[in-house]
Amino acid sequence: MAVPPLAPTLPAPGLLAPSGGWRTATVAEVARPHPRAVRLRLDVPDRVDHLPGQHYVVRLTAPDGYTASRSYSLASDASDPLVELWVERLDDGEVSSYLADEVAVGDRLDVRGPLGGWFVWRGTAPALGVGGGSGVVPLVAMLRHARATGVEDLFRLAAAARGWADLPYADELRDAGAVLALSREDGPGGRARGRLAAADVAPLLGAHPEGWTAYVCGSAGFAESASALLLGVGVPAGDVRVERFGPS
Amino acid sequence: MTVSHGFGGRRRAPRSDLPPGQYDTGSDWPVLTAEVTPHLDPQRWTMSVDGLVETPTTWSWDELHALPETGYEGPIHCVTTWSKFGMSWSGVSVDLLLDAVGAQERAAYVLATSTTGYTTNLPLEHLRGGKAWLAWTVDGQPLPRDHGGPVRLFVPHLYFWKSAKWVTRLTLLDHDVPGFWEQNGYHDLGDPWREQRYTGD
Repeated sequence: MAVPPLAPTLPAPGLLAPSGGWRTATVAEVARPHPRAVRLRLDVPDRVDHLPGQHYVVRLTAPDGYTASRSYSLASDASDPLVELWVERLDDGEVSSYLADEVAVGDRLDVRGPLGGWFVWRGTAPALGVGGGSGVVPLVAMLRHARATGVEDLFRLAAAARGWADLPYADELRDAGAVLALSREDGPGGRARGRLAAADVAPLLGAHPEGWTAYVCGSAGFAESASALLLGVGVPAGDVRVERFGPS
Repeated sequence: MTVSHGFGGRRRAPRSDLPPGQYDTGSDWPVLTAEVTPHLDPQRWTMSVDGLVETPTTWSWDELHALPETGYEGPIHCVTTWSKFGMSWSGVSVDLLLDAVGAQERAAYVLATSTTGYTTNLPLEHLRGGKAWLAWTVDGQPLPRDHGGPVRLFVPHLYFWKSAKWVTRLTLLDHDVPGFWEQNGYHDLGDPWREQRYTGD
């Protein structure tokens, strides 16, 4: 008997994304731009170049051998000599609180990556990033990749947060021309406070909303509402890639 | 292995049923999905088992619910390192569907497909012997939409991406066809006790 054709409607992932094994990274820079977040820049020896949107796993080991691992998206692009993580400090976050409160320059961390081959953008087709809060982090990597490879015209970005101070990389996003939707304060450029709406996103897509791959990243609630918003302005469901952030 | 000084961890009481590298998420149940959550009408949804079988068969929601319901009590394990304990799941055993279609002798692998196009692959033996269900009830309630409701494949002895949400089809094959995450850097089998998270583990 013939096997029926398999007809997935999700786009084919294309070439396998690179992935690397465990390496010992050295913390090169630590910045705490927000009380609830830390920006770590890591020197990762012999690292495999990543694609924008990929993540690393950070593994902490206690003196008695107990380990805890969590995944963090990269904000840096492959041309950056360092690997940059933005870690939001979660309430009761076993790993994030250590990274946010304890880690110092010169510390060593076990990391593994890059990982993930789905929520990635190769910079070869039009892409729209829609991020909520710390969900903008992998989209920042896409933005930097677009800039580094001269394809800024292929990448557009909308970011949502409660306020300016809650939005990672707010200055960089504003300077790149991203649409910034702040729900609790009026935004730069005179946008009145309010949640991300179709009126924010539709102009980014122009006349052909079906030609884009959308990358949605944020909390489960944000991902759900942003996905619905994209479908509402004409983006086909099969062109929406979703990464849900938060405790995982 | 690099010891992180000052890191004690926030482990709960150690438990022997926690696979390596996992933590107990307690009452939380994170949602992880790569695609837009679909709205499925159970009365329009169907479940098919095809490929290397004697009698390819498609069931309706009502037909499946007329089969004897069985369940599972225990944990689930997500590759992102959380495990959730003390869960109660029920639905129909995949054994019943396989018995109905009659797997051909050379069938050795299965590709599960969801209504969204999501796919995941499993060796056939991992769907047999009371290890796998089509599940629609969790902790006494209908399975929520964001967790794969109204119905998902449920294979709790493997990492949970194998338990395809919104499953609609199982295709029996004589060779292994990598599914969605398996093409995207994740392990082909995904056994939590062997910590098979990523390709090559």
